[in-house]
Parts: sequence; structure tokens; C-alpha cells
Amino acid sequence: MLSKDEVKHIAALARVGLSEVDIEKFQKDLSGILDFVEQLKEVDVDGVEPAAHITGLTNRTREDRAENFENKEGIVKLFPEEKDGYDKVKSVL
Amino acid sequence: MIRELHEKLINKETTSVKLTEEYFATIEKKDKDIFAYLTLTKDLAMEQAARVDEKIKNGEEINLLEGIPGAVKDVLCTKGVRTTAGSKILDNYIAPYDATAVAKLKEAGAVILGKTNCDEFAMGSSTENSAYGPTKNPHDLSRVPGGSSGGSAAAVAAGEAVWALGTDTGGSIRQPAHFCGVVGLKTTYGRVSRSGLMAMASSFDSVGTFAKTVEDAAIVLSAISGRDKYDATSGDSFDKRFEDYLTGDVKDMKIGVVQEYFANLELGMKKKMEEVVERYKKMGAEIIDIELPYAKYALPAYYVIQPCEVSSNLARFDGIKYGMRADDENRSELGKLGSLGLEGLPRTLLEAYLDTREYFLGSEPKRRIMLGTYALSSGYYDAYYLRAQKVRALIKKDFEKAFKNVDMVLMPTAPTPAFKLGEKTDDPLEMYLSDIFTITANIIGAPAISVPCGTLETDGKDLPVGFQLLGKWFDEENMLRAADAYEKSNLKI
Repeated sequence: MLSKDEVKHIAALARVGLSEVDIEKFQKDLSGILDFVEQLKEVDVDGVEPAAHITGLTNRTREDRAENFENKEGIVKLFPEEKDGYDKVKSVL
Repeated sequence: MIRELHEKLINKETTSVKLTEEYFATIEKKDKDIFAYLTLTKDLAMEQAARVDEKIKNGEEINLLEGIPGAVKDVLCTKGVRTTAGSKILDNYIAPYDATAVAKLKEAGAVILGKTNCDEFAMGSSTENSAYGPTKNPHDLSRVPGGSSGGSAAAVAAGEAVWALGTDTGGSIRQPAHFCGVVGLKTTYGRVSRSGLMAMASSFDSVGTFAKTVEDAAIVLSAISGRDKYDATSGDSFDKRFEDYLTGDVKDMKIGVVQEYFANLELGMKKKMEEVVERYKKMGAEIIDIELPYAKYALPAYYVIQPCEVSSNLARFDGIKYGMRADDENRSELGKLGSLGLEGLPRTLLEAYLDTREYFLGSEPKRRIMLGTYALSSGYYDAYYLRAQKVRALIKKDFEKAFKNVDMVLMPTAPTPAFKLGEKTDDPLEMYLSDIFTITANIIGAPAISVPCGTLETDGKDLPVGFQLLGKWFDEENMLRAADAYEKSNLKI
């Protein structure tokens, strides 16, 4: 079972605020799912190459050329806080 | 169904405008109870329909899907239209561009009626995780339509759309198709571009479609498939018209079955599956027993890898660039988490992150974000993520081996018909288990389809069920041919 502090630590890493009730609920839920996936430990994976791209596609490159996006206005409108066409963010200092 | 409507359009027995109005009338009548739609796009639809009618009037040729009304799951961006992914965090989000699948449908002249309800960010198996309320199963309003693409499945089942796009990350098209008695097609990973799809788990996500018939699903697939410069993982389709492969003949086909999948089913479901197998035998297909020893680990492997991808993909919903932002410093939980490695970080920014994600994300996304964050965190990566990716490789090998002897695998879609609303909401693991037969196709990236095969009486009601065919990578055509042949043989009986 995950401890409350572990749940809080995960929440902090994931930048998800949690109430006290949530912390207890997730303690139970997350532990249940982690117990369920324990069965993967039965599998002998020695020497197995992990899956990367599932249908086997390899790197696909293209020219690094900028394209004009025709609806800049549509993006700017979505900014939670806008100033002079820029997205205003919270102070990072 | 699409072909018949197409004939009516070109023979001028009806018009696309009339057809579209009829569908909106059905929505008006039924959707108060079913709640398949989150947003209706009436103006867009009527404009599209009028354009098709104009073409017909001018004697221009139209393609099969042109003027045929359908719906789009609300995880696919639709330019100028609210696109929420069933989440409050995108409550105010107006998509600035079209998802490639949507753009291709518009190009093909299909009419878009609206955006359908789904579990929040497609995480769920019942649509009960939608922040806007659950969709109901049209066959029994006390039951779920399945999920996460439950709105799309219910819309098609209730006659509120001819076709509907869905997405399938762990069964989100096939399981609701099975619950609602319609065809649900999950495409090969990469067959349809993921550009403009709100990313949930990027190595599993695939766009597909619901329809009343296999041919209709094939027609929609022809319109949306193909390589896209905005999705480097998309594959070539070489302008395949998937509806042209439906010959009704399966005599050359070898279909694999896994006996233990049938053995553990409840009696009614088991009988249904045996009937389907018998039918294929009668039609001349060869049924071959196969073994997939690692496939039983598909579900646990999925519930490691998928939350890891979720935790990374959903990091973008932080109230900075778009979507809702919570700015209530008084209610911040920072105090509680502050002693855990967040000291010294900019307080106002952190508070905006923590509060936004606490208030506007639902329980299921939070659960998966945290699970993934844990599994990827320092010291746990090898034990969870890396091991799961190795198991995933072993499961793929199982199928590579099986596909040397068979063309496709026949399986149940889900163990039971639709369950009741509220029946599984308290136990996330119980909910996850309803995807036990569908997740394998996502783990290996293969195409799969759920096809209706009658009803099962449950609590005095006849509830629809389906079966599933899982095909080889980029071999939708043979899988669709087998599915269509079953459907056609159904009509003969």
C-alpha cells in the first residue's frame, strides 16, 4: 500500500493539487492497480528487446521548413490571459 | 445504408438538406434521454448539405459519403467548434484547426451534425467519466453505452447519425459498438492520422468509426485513412477503397480461435461465440485453434504503459496556453504539498498549476496521471515501464507467430452485454476489466472490428452483443471482408 506521503509526492511531481479526501481515495485506488500489474513480474523478460514503434515504422524525416498557420487569431483567443497578442504567464521568478 | 442514401440523393428522391434536417429532428426527439451529443453543429451541417445539393443540381458527380450526415467524437478538433474531450479543463476550448480525420471528412463532403460525448480524455469504459454527464444506452436507458466513445456508438444506434467517428486506445470503439449493437472499427495504429486528436496514450490511440453496417464503416475508413505530414506515425493507404474488397466470400480464409477465451465466458455469451464460429465454418472459412501464451498479460501491460503516456500527454493542460485556469490562491493545496520537493519554486505559477489541475480534471485522468508519474519516477522505471514494454514485445511475437497460420483471430468483444449505470464506478479495476478482450489489439497496434451477432436476454431485456475480428497489421481489407460476409449471411437467415 502506498503511504499518504508517497501519494502527496506523486501529486506534487504531477502538479495535481489534491484534497485530503482525494489523497485517501488515490492511496487505495493506486495501490489496487499497482497490485494488479504485479503479475508482469511472472514473465521472464531476460534478453527481450522492449517494444518501440509497434508496427515497426522507422524514422521518417522531412524538410525542416516553417509553415504559416492560417488561424493565429484562433490560438491567441484561447490564451487564458493575453497582452498585445502574447500569452501572459505567471511570474516564474 | 450509405450506399442506399447515396442512391436516393443522386436519384433526387431526397436532398442532403432534407436528410440532415431529418437527423436533427431525431436528435431533438431522442437526445434529451440519450445524451449522445455535447455540441450540435447545425450551421456547419446545413451549409455542407446545401453545397452537396447544389452539386447534384448542377449535375456534378458526388462520392459515396457526400451529403451523408454523421458525428464526431469530441476528442477530435473541429475548427471553430467547441472541443472539450469530455473535460471541464477544455470547457471553453474552441479548436483553431481541424483534426486531419475531420478535415478529410469535410473534403469528402460528409455532413457533420455535431460532437459526441465521451469519457474525459477518452479514459473510461462507460462514458460515466464525462464531466458533462453520462450517455445512456439506446437499448436500455438504465444501462451504459460503453466507452469511451459511448456518445458516437449511441448516436449511430439511435439513428441520430449515419456514421460516427470514434477513437480506440484500449477498446473505446469496439466495446461501445458491442454494447449498442452497431459495427465498431478500430484501425491499424497509423492507418488514420492522429493529428488533431487530443492525445491520451500516443502509442495506442487510433481513430476509427461506428456505422450500422460493415460496408458503411469501410466507406468512412476510405475517406479518413492515409499518410499525413502532421503525423509522422501515419502509414500509406495508397487510395484504397475499402468498400471494394467486400466480396461476401470467405472460402480462402483461415480464422484463428483461442479456446480458453471462450471457455471462461458465461453460458449465453459462449453460445453466441460458438454460433459465430459455426457460421464461418458453414461459409467455408477454415477455423484453426491457436495459442497466445503472453496475451493474458495485455491488460496489466496496458495499465502500466498507458498511464505513463497519459501522465506525459496531459501535462499540457496546465491553464497556461489554453483551457480553463484556476486562480484562487486562497484555496491552494500548495501548503499541503509544499514540503515535498516544491520548495523554492515560483509560488504563483505553482499554485496556478496545482489548482487548475485539481479543479478542472476529473478523478480518472488524475488517477492515471499519478499512476504514470509514479511508474516513470526515479527508481521505478525499469520495474514498471521497461518491463511492460518488454512484455508488449512478447505479446506482439505471439501474434506474429499466429499470423503465419491464420489471417485473423476471432474473439469476444467483451465478456458481457452492457452493464448498468453506476455498477462499476466505485471500483476502477473492475471497470478496466471490461476491456479484457479489446486491449490486445491496442497493445500490438493491429486492426480489429466488433460486429453485432444478435442479442442476449439479461434481466428480461434483449441486449445487443457483438463478436470481434482482429486482423493483421494494415490488412483492414481482409478483416472487413470477413466481417461483411458474416453480416450478409445474417441477412440470408
